[in-house]
Amino acid sequence: MPLELYLDLHSQPCRSVLLFAKINKIPFEYKAVDLSTGEQYGEEFGKVSIIRKVPVLKDGSFILTESIAILQYLAAKHRTPDHWYPADLERRARVDEFLSWQHTNIRAHGSKVFWFRDVVPAVTGSQVPKEKMDAAVEELNASLKIFEDKFLQSRPFVIGDKICLADLVAIVEIMQPVGTGLDVFQGRPALSAWRDRVKKEIGVEIFDEAHKTIMNVNALAQTFESKGIPEFLKLKLQKMFN
Amino acid sequence: MALEMYLDLFSQPCRSVYIFAKKNNIPFDYKKISLFEGYQYSEEFGKINLLRKAPAIKDGDFCLAESVAIMMYLAEKFHTADHWYPADLQKRARVNEYLSWQHSAIRIHGSKMLWFKLLIPKALGTEVPKEKMDNAVEDFNTSLNLFEEKFLQDKAFIVGDQISLADLVAIVEIMQPVGAGMDVFEDRPKLKAWKDRVRAEIGAELFDEAHQGILHCQEAVKTMDPKVLEHFKPKILRYFLS
Repeated sequence: MPLELYLDLHSQPCRSVLLFAKINKIPFEYKAVDLSTGEQYGEEFGKVSIIRKVPVLKDGSFILTESIAILQYLAAKHRTPDHWYPADLERRARVDEFLSWQHTNIRAHGSKVFWFRDVVPAVTGSQVPKEKMDAAVEELNASLKIFEDKFLQSRPFVIGDKICLADLVAIVEIMQPVGTGLDVFQGRPALSAWRDRVKKEIGVEIFDEAHKTIMNVNALAQTFESKGIPEFLKLKLQKMFN
Repeated sequence: MALEMYLDLFSQPCRSVYIFAKKNNIPFDYKKISLFEGYQYSEEFGKINLLRKAPAIKDGDFCLAESVAIMMYLAEKFHTADHWYPADLQKRARVNEYLSWQHSAIRIHGSKMLWFKLLIPKALGTEVPKEKMDNAVEDFNTSLNLFEEKFLQDKAFIVGDQISLADLVAIVEIMQPVGAGMDVFEDRPKLKAWKDRVRAEIGAELFDEAHQGILHCQEAVKTMDPKVLEHFKPKILRYFLS
């Protein structure tokens, strides 16, 4: 039975998993999950994961959630080149350090900016109040500063000369607000240079293909117009702004 | 040169690192710090951890932040018993899965309980609006439900018969709201039984020692100098209540 990956490329962690599998030529069956219609809350998907999030990996009868765990699993199982997740104690610790930190920093703040700039207006038809938007962008900027000052510094990649899981996870998260038209690379030459290096290592074509959905995220408004707004989204937005 | 560990046991991730090191007889120089007093903003600590958070370790010249990364590093370096972070592909994936999920679930919602129920009203003298409180409690309960349904199920520990890093990280996070006076284990017999097993595996004495601070948090807040948290106030209120 082939490996199955349940993905929606609106989602940053789905992109890192897809890219990792593609770069390393890991054969898999692509199982599309449409988050914009609430497919993750359906009965079918519930049999795959009750956490109701993507990505999900299904390897035979083994089901695994959480992109970080999936990437670590694939790296070990398929014996991908060492630089992705080095065996060396200190180098690996550096990768783990970033993979841990990013959840509540770049990931959280990049996601929030994406929701505020794209999802909320698409669902409600109105803009997020300026004060909230400014605060969200400020937090994203603070995370990007930490990324540059602590994680990247003057190295070509996060842990040195070669790309690793940390760069892959970082780039997909940073691309999320970029998809909404907020060019975070502008005015950040070191970050832009790093992005270009990462894109080149991944392969520009497969990078662009994985990011096609998020770069066209303005289509979300049309999606909601034609398919309606799923209930879970209305509830989520209510909670976000109470 | 000895391993230095910079810890404040009010902090959940500091407790997991502390317990892990002590349980495994890993020798370390205990650098006790106070987050409430703002030590993390000192120039001295900035040299150890630019992220300005605890825990942080300094092993010779090697500085490392993020409790999950720290414990994986210690497990590997000191060759701790396999069950903590199993070499087996699927068992390790299960530990990684939990360690990833918990950042934005139990950790965030449990932390909020301490702030909302104790620190914000009692130490900062600000009332938390009812709707925000209700939502926060609901989020925390939802996390606990998922913990029981997906991660624990009917097993003795998260990965099976033996305790792992996942259980250790879970328990310290779940104990945080207990420090705020919340009886997390009421009406959750399965969770309570798991907690008792984890406490017994760690060793009741070590577990209780690590949790002494947080379990006396309510008293500590009564005698806390209000000026101590004053400089945090704007940041905390904006983070939690905006």
